[in-house]
Amino acid sequence: MPSLRYKDRKTEALSQSVGKTLSRDYKPEEYFEPAPYDPSAGERGSYTNYSYWGSTLRAFFHNPVAVFFLVLLVGMVVFTIIEPLLPYAPEANTIYKGDTNLAPCAQYWFGTNSIGQDLWSQIWSGTRTSLFIGFSVALVEVVMGVIVGVLWGYVRKLDFLLTELYNVFDNVPQTLVVIIISYILRPGVSTMIFAMCLTSWLATARFVRNQVVIIRDRDYNLASRCLGTPAWRIMLKNLLPYLVSILTLRMALAIPAAIGNEVFITYIGLGVPLEVPTLGNLINSGQTFINEPTLNYQLFLPVLILSIVTISFYVVGNAFADAADPKNHVN
Amino acid sequence: MAKYILKRLLRSLLTLFIIITIVFSLLRLMPVEGYFQNYEKMTSTQVELGLQKLGLDQPLPVQLLNFYKGLLQGDLGVSNKYHRNVPVLEIIAEKIPVSMSIGLTSLCIALAVGLPLGILMARSTRTRLKIGDKLGTAFVVLIQAVPAAIYYLVIQFFGTSVLHMPLRVSMDQPVTLILPVLSLALGNIAYYAMWLRRYMVDESNKDYVRLARAKGVPAADISRKHIFRNAFVPLVQFIPTSVILTLMGSLYVESLYSIPGMGGLLVTVIQRQDNTVVQALVLFYAAISILGLLVGDILMALVDPRITFGKKGGAR
Repeated sequence: MPSLRYKDRKTEALSQSVGKTLSRDYKPEEYFEPAPYDPSAGERGSYTNYSYWGSTLRAFFHNPVAVFFLVLLVGMVVFTIIEPLLPYAPEANTIYKGDTNLAPCAQYWFGTNSIGQDLWSQIWSGTRTSLFIGFSVALVEVVMGVIVGVLWGYVRKLDFLLTELYNVFDNVPQTLVVIIISYILRPGVSTMIFAMCLTSWLATARFVRNQVVIIRDRDYNLASRCLGTPAWRIMLKNLLPYLVSILTLRMALAIPAAIGNEVFITYIGLGVPLEVPTLGNLINSGQTFINEPTLNYQLFLPVLILSIVTISFYVVGNAFADAADPKNHVN
Repeated sequence: MAKYILKRLLRSLLTLFIIITIVFSLLRLMPVEGYFQNYEKMTSTQVELGLQKLGLDQPLPVQLLNFYKGLLQGDLGVSNKYHRNVPVLEIIAEKIPVSMSIGLTSLCIALAVGLPLGILMARSTRTRLKIGDKLGTAFVVLIQAVPAAIYYLVIQFFGTSVLHMPLRVSMDQPVTLILPVLSLALGNIAYYAMWLRRYMVDESNKDYVRLARAKGVPAADISRKHIFRNAFVPLVQFIPTSVILTLMGSLYVESLYSIPGMGGLLVTVIQRQDNTVVQALVLFYAAISILGLLVGDILMALVDPRITFGKKGGAR
């Protein structure tokens, strides 16, 4: 009976075995058979072979678009790190006298800019700086967000204070904060990271707090606490899987946002000094050539790299968040 | 209801007060060059005299108090570098209508394009190929993933070198405003389309929609009269965010196209380190975004009767 479904086959097998049993004649002492005592049987539950990370990874790798962008992203990140270690890699700020504004060619793969710097090494160095800014901002956002959010949700005395503080500071647009902080402090990579980190974690903390409040007193956590599970274990095992999906999404979106902010801050003149190549600096200096068809590669090459990086983060982040959500794990 | 609005208003005022205090105090940390046009050539006594004239030699609380007094009388100080000794309020006043008209136009366009796009995408999820939904989603992903700073530049490039639009905007010729308004609207179009689609898809799985479908109501009527109306209500909560998006976008767009508005002004005065104007503009932007959030919350309370006022509900 190959066409039968699993359930039907079970029913079939059961009724056959019942029929076989009934067809025999039993003596009264054969009615019951004492089972031997087996201590391990008590431990055997209805165990399914479910692993959170296994299911997450399986769901993620079923999405070809996401895998494509992941490969692209990992390739780019690895390349920006190893690029300066490659043989013949010139220092990014080296000036080649006389080789100004050269279009992409065999010697200068991405051409040179108006003062004769090699755009290929400038762009990879810039991507490295921009990615560093993005990763730092995202890391601070998630770490601060989780720490403050868990405290906010778990410690009831803090709730009022933190909620009021949140209500005040959430009303300020982040761009304004970044502008005013970079205006006051000396421009540099660390200033920029500090300015972007200052308020970005508020939303994450708020989200974590809401999740903690919702999940904290659910029955399974209550049961867990009654059985004497320490608080950190409850947080790690019962709470974190709920947060993983949204935290990775936030992190994946914070990185392109920080990179975009860097471009904007550089444009209004509060960015990193020109000696440090960043994507913002490169785009900003390329912008003067926007309407010169022979020279606008100086704008479009950094724009292209930046777009690839941000789109990859966005797509990978969203796909991973979907995959990491336990609701989307089918069996 | 009135109590809720009053409470919300008071909270906004408190927020504004805290922000003004913080921004004012932070800006006092700046070096004093920002208050003089030719700092390099001045002697130290001249600098001291100048500071005295501006009231900057006094302790911070006194300065703050003076600033609040001035603020209540509509006096935000004078510009030091941008237009020397011209009251800041006068400089800003002539820029406000320009920024307002561009911002509001782009918001209207965002609603007029974003909502139909969302409806189209939601309706397309019920067709077999879902072409509309896929194209729309690709557009939304592209706009959301690429930083605004980048697609503004790409729009400027295509507008000026492919369509031969002028690079600079003149307020007399509305045609030249197309590019900046479009740039500003694009982010909000994607935003509205994405959320409306999500809400409409959620709504269309509900029982009353199934009933309507079973009764044989035409699909267009269902999506317009039943689904859209219910899905539109929660969209109100995105008004503040889109106001802030437009505000912050205008900083960049206005100076890209040399529009004589507040955004362009802020970029200019930041580059020239004119402290008083920077301070006034930052506070102005903060005030507008707080106002936007306030209006959004009140609208939300008006349209959705399920929101309880002031009561703490739920888990605790």
